[in-house]
Amino acid sequence: MRCSLLSLLVPAVVLAAPAAALAQSPTYNVGKPLSQEEIQSFDFMIGPEGQGLPAGRGTVKEGEAIFAKRCEVCHGQNGEKGVLRRLTLGTPGKPYRGPFKADEKDSIAYYPYATIAWDYINRAMPVPKPGSLTHDEVYSLVAFLLYRNGIIQETDVMDAKSLPKVEMPNRHGFIPEVPVYPPEKKPSWW
Amino acid sequence: MDSKGSGRRQFLKHAGALAGVAAGAGAGAEWAAKGQSAKPEPHAQEPQDHRELLRRGARFSVDHITYYTPLQDYGGIITPASLHFVQYHASHFPDIDAAQHRLTIHGLVDRPISFSMDDLKRLPSVSRVHFVECHANSSLMIHTQGNQNMGLPVQFIHGMASCSEWTGVPLSVLLNMAGVKKEASWLVYEGADPGKFSHTVPLEKAMDDCFVAYGQNGETVRVEQGYPIRMIVPGWQGPHNVKYLSHIKVVDQPYHTWNESMNHSVARPDIGGKARWYQFQWGPKSVITRPSAGMAIPGKGYVQITGLAWSGGGKVSKVDISVDGGATWKEAKLQTPVHTKAHTRFTFDWNWEGQEAMLLSRCTDDQGEVQPSRAELYSHWGITGAEAQKPNRAIHFNAMQPWSVARDGSVHDAMFTS
Repeated sequence: MRCSLLSLLVPAVVLAAPAAALAQSPTYNVGKPLSQEEIQSFDFMIGPEGQGLPAGRGTVKEGEAIFAKRCEVCHGQNGEKGVLRRLTLGTPGKPYRGPFKADEKDSIAYYPYATIAWDYINRAMPVPKPGSLTHDEVYSLVAFLLYRNGIIQETDVMDAKSLPKVEMPNRHGFIPEVPVYPPEKKPSWW
Repeated sequence: MDSKGSGRRQFLKHAGALAGVAAGAGAGAEWAAKGQSAKPEPHAQEPQDHRELLRRGARFSVDHITYYTPLQDYGGIITPASLHFVQYHASHFPDIDAAQHRLTIHGLVDRPISFSMDDLKRLPSVSRVHFVECHANSSLMIHTQGNQNMGLPVQFIHGMASCSEWTGVPLSVLLNMAGVKKEASWLVYEGADPGKFSHTVPLEKAMDDCFVAYGQNGETVRVEQGYPIRMIVPGWQGPHNVKYLSHIKVVDQPYHTWNESMNHSVARPDIGGKARWYQFQWGPKSVITRPSAGMAIPGKGYVQITGLAWSGGGKVSKVDISVDGGATWKEAKLQTPVHTKAHTRFTFDWNWEGQEAMLLSRCTDDQGEVQPSRAELYSHWGITGAEAQKPNRAIHFNAMQPWSVARDGSVHDAMFTS
């Protein structure tokens, strides 16, 4: 009797384990593991503290030359007056500190983090051929634009270490200061 | 039972025959033999006929393609896929080979993973009816910037909102396969369009009801809608629904992509010149699509007032109609079933006696939230005085749309005159 009870229980326990596992995470047998090398080949989503910034460096002077060749056609000389977005507010040595409204939002001075400029220029610029700039060229263009906006010095070099440390004049110009979810209780259309 | 059974057998027989044709045509892959097209082709992305482009109020520029849904032209709640709005940030749509396309999930996960399109279609699927709406839809600038090449006012003012039955894989299934680490709290993800459009979403929302869609209204997602896959983030501002989805990175903070931190944030008077960002979901909203500005009521007597209501917060529970500028209200009929975070068709029987009238619709959702008037929204946003009487760049606009009816039956946009 004791024996038969045991023999009934054992299979039940053995069966229960895979059943519970199935409920949590079925075995789909699809998808392919990704290696770190593969991830590095496509991952250029840059975090606000510089997470993901690749090796490379750029100067204001180098950026000026690249800008004239690749960007000026749309954004105008020094990014000041073109057919597309005006990229500068303020002048070298004298940053614009707001208020930002309407078209003033187009300037790099508006960004809460300097790293956003690297991420966006790298992924989306120049419009006719996005992704064609080298990492050094992107660092150089960011350096040039930050300089033209009065945010860094002409001699500053931008790389994965220095760029996240750049203090942006509009850093605290956003509500809520830190995005949270779920949001605080207000009408959804707030 | 028997007839059903034989019907099903008949169907399977035909499906098998069709699959044989598909496989014979060189589509290959095991799925073809099992009755599923191995190589779904996208529908024509760019209409060849200029009249079709006119119908969509299409606008092209060096870095944008825009189509407006002609909300005035159809009934029910489903936007035909060909008429779904487009707000695209490049000059041409990408030409993606679905057989080569992959979706990756990496970052704060135990098992970084890459999916082919065949992989995604083998996973559990869901089909859900949801609206997608551009964050700038109904913005006040468009009232004066729109013109007849962009269709009727209800099309160019409110037509960056459309509604489809989307089919795809819940994001939670994919994220669970990758194994999200404890410290994760947000996702950042991008598309394979020329500018690799990127956006973020909180992990909690991603696990709740987001999905990766490969089907739209019974067909493959169209090229201009993100072929072969796009993100669907139900009820939230349009830019979350990234098209041509290719990479998802799991992270521990919002990444403030250019789109959401810079392009889509809104400077508002009520917050002292600071900008509102991360607005997430759409509030309750509605618009009368017929009669609307640019139309004319042909004569006295019966007029069916009809339109669409929706809310990012849940289901539409009620739509009220006023024909006297808000002095009195009566409840409209809702087409059923009402889907959550989806367009809801309403109708209202009206007898027009030739008088001047002011038509308004007001949506209430199942969270108890009520669509505001323009005055209520402006007072909330701190827009007062002369500023409140002119168009401005405020977006995320969900206030009521007034249409005025003149004695001759002509209908006009009364946003700034009511």
